[in-house]
Amino acid sequence: MSIALTAPPPSRMRLGIRTGLIIAVLLLAALPILNLLPRDSAFHVSDFIVSVTGKWICYAVLALSLDLAWGYAGILSLGHGAFFALGGYAMGMHLMRLIGPRGAYGHPVLPDFMVFLGYTELPWFWHGFQSFPYAMLMVMLVPGALALVVGFLAFRSRITGVYLSILTQAMTYALMLAFFRNDMGFGGNNGFTDFKELLGMPLGTPSARAVLFYASLVLLVGSMLLCAALTRTKYGRVLTAIRDAESRARFLGYDTTRHKLFAFVLSAMLAGLAGALYVPQVGIINPGEFSPGNSIEAVIWVAVGGRGTLVGALLGAFSVNALKTWLTSAAPDLWLFALGGLFVAVTLFLPRGLIGLFDRVKKGRGA
Amino acid sequence: MKGRSLYLDGVTVVFDGFRALNNLSLVVEPGELRAIIGPNGAGKTTMMDVITGKTRPTSGTVRFGDMDLTRLDEPTIANLGIGRKFQKPTVFDDLTVFENIELALKAPRGPIACIKWHLTGEAADRIGQVMTEVGLVERAHDPAGILSHGQRQWLEIGMLLAQDPELLLVDEPVAGMTDAETEHTAAMLVGIAGKRSVVVVEHDLEFVRALGRRVTVLHEGSVLSEGSIDHVQNDPRVIEVYLGR
Repeated sequence: MSIALTAPPPSRMRLGIRTGLIIAVLLLAALPILNLLPRDSAFHVSDFIVSVTGKWICYAVLALSLDLAWGYAGILSLGHGAFFALGGYAMGMHLMRLIGPRGAYGHPVLPDFMVFLGYTELPWFWHGFQSFPYAMLMVMLVPGALALVVGFLAFRSRITGVYLSILTQAMTYALMLAFFRNDMGFGGNNGFTDFKELLGMPLGTPSARAVLFYASLVLLVGSMLLCAALTRTKYGRVLTAIRDAESRARFLGYDTTRHKLFAFVLSAMLAGLAGALYVPQVGIINPGEFSPGNSIEAVIWVAVGGRGTLVGALLGAFSVNALKTWLTSAAPDLWLFALGGLFVAVTLFLPRGLIGLFDRVKKGRGA
Repeated sequence: MKGRSLYLDGVTVVFDGFRALNNLSLVVEPGELRAIIGPNGAGKTTMMDVITGKTRPTSGTVRFGDMDLTRLDEPTIANLGIGRKFQKPTVFDDLTVFENIELALKAPRGPIACIKWHLTGEAADRIGQVMTEVGLVERAHDPAGILSHGQRQWLEIGMLLAQDPELLLVDEPVAGMTDAETEHTAAMLVGIAGKRSVVVVEHDLEFVRALGRRVTVLHEGSVLSEGSIDHVQNDPRVIEVYLGR
């Protein structure tokens, strides 16, 4: 019976992926250092590259969180951008409170938009955000709580597949409309901007850029390790089982509502953290972040990279965003067609994404 | 073994005016192997759905020991010790044979418990034992998706065994099997009964004869006849509605 007792050894494919990941992380980590080299050095990396890569790292965390929900638990969320945006708003509220009397109106407590809109005192939900730990807690709790409520109602009523996708899409759309309203207390369509500092560090400086970059990289590596560890436990296999045959899993005695909810909430929290690190790097958060298009784009990243593999999500997030950055400056009108075309092409020709392609090449070589 | 019996009394299920089950009453004793036959639409699958919590009866009593099954959902009923094998074999294609059985193995079912789970020697032995019982040891690390139809049926039976249920509900286990596979399956089920109660729904009369146990004939949602296979085959009402066709 020894055949049953030993787990199969990790495949060469998996070892190759691990090596590739370590090299990729080291390369990324080198970017802010290369940025310090003199401008005429051949290895100099521009400010633009550093800040754009920092953004992509946040997108990669979002892709990772979506892959956990979609690739493993089968929850095709078309509203994951909402969790990202909520995390971003929570961070934005902290940054706004830190501006203090340095705003254009010079009010000691109220952010500029509140003075402008005639607020006389801070709304109750803004209290506490001046504290960094509190804001960080909210970065995870608010997206997590939303995922808990929406997920509980949907999963308990056994809403799955396309209906669930539409529901999540409606969720992010509704939030976008709500955040556009001035009387919500979140700055309406202008959102938050003009941030001054974070943790005593002035924003917009090269050192702040490097710190935020490394913080994002740490989040990415941490999320990757967490998701990889999680999906390798029996829980990961339960999620796959639910994805492929939910009712069978139920008859095996698994309360699939609880399992899906756990993954969905965890995923929303990761997306919130990604959004929180994104906002200080781009310097603005507005209701546009809730737009359904953003969530759909995130789904395309995961589909392009290859869902249910984690690595694929990272690969997809970086490659599609690199393409976007290049194309939106080279031929801005073509980007949406390219994005749509990419999705169709991947669905038709690469159902397992770029990762599947590597696999196929390896097999072709007989490795 | 606690030895609970399954007890259905006056169970009626109405779907949009159609009576899928009509005042159905049935008792399965602990350790019994019971075959259930009946023409299409007789209510066999609906009966399984009612017992496993998938469908709520419109009226009637469904009890397992002293538990009222009409109030519980599928995972709770599964964890009470009622396992179900579907007509169409449903296994988890992306997982290996070993992993499929590992998921079925009796263990705490919550997310945290599943994260903390690690394979003990005892659990691995049990999985090995189940794989031996259903003849899939050599396929342990193959994904279930590449198994043949018959092997998938056995894997599902193996998953039922790993659940360690008191009562197994088996829906058409030999549909699409070769004669040799059918025989093997009959022997497997007879071997399982005794330690556990088994209810088998089947169309194949030769297979039911091979089981050689008490047979219940369903027709239009109620029990038409009950007894040995020879008794029901000679029952004029059964001949009229089922065997005579």
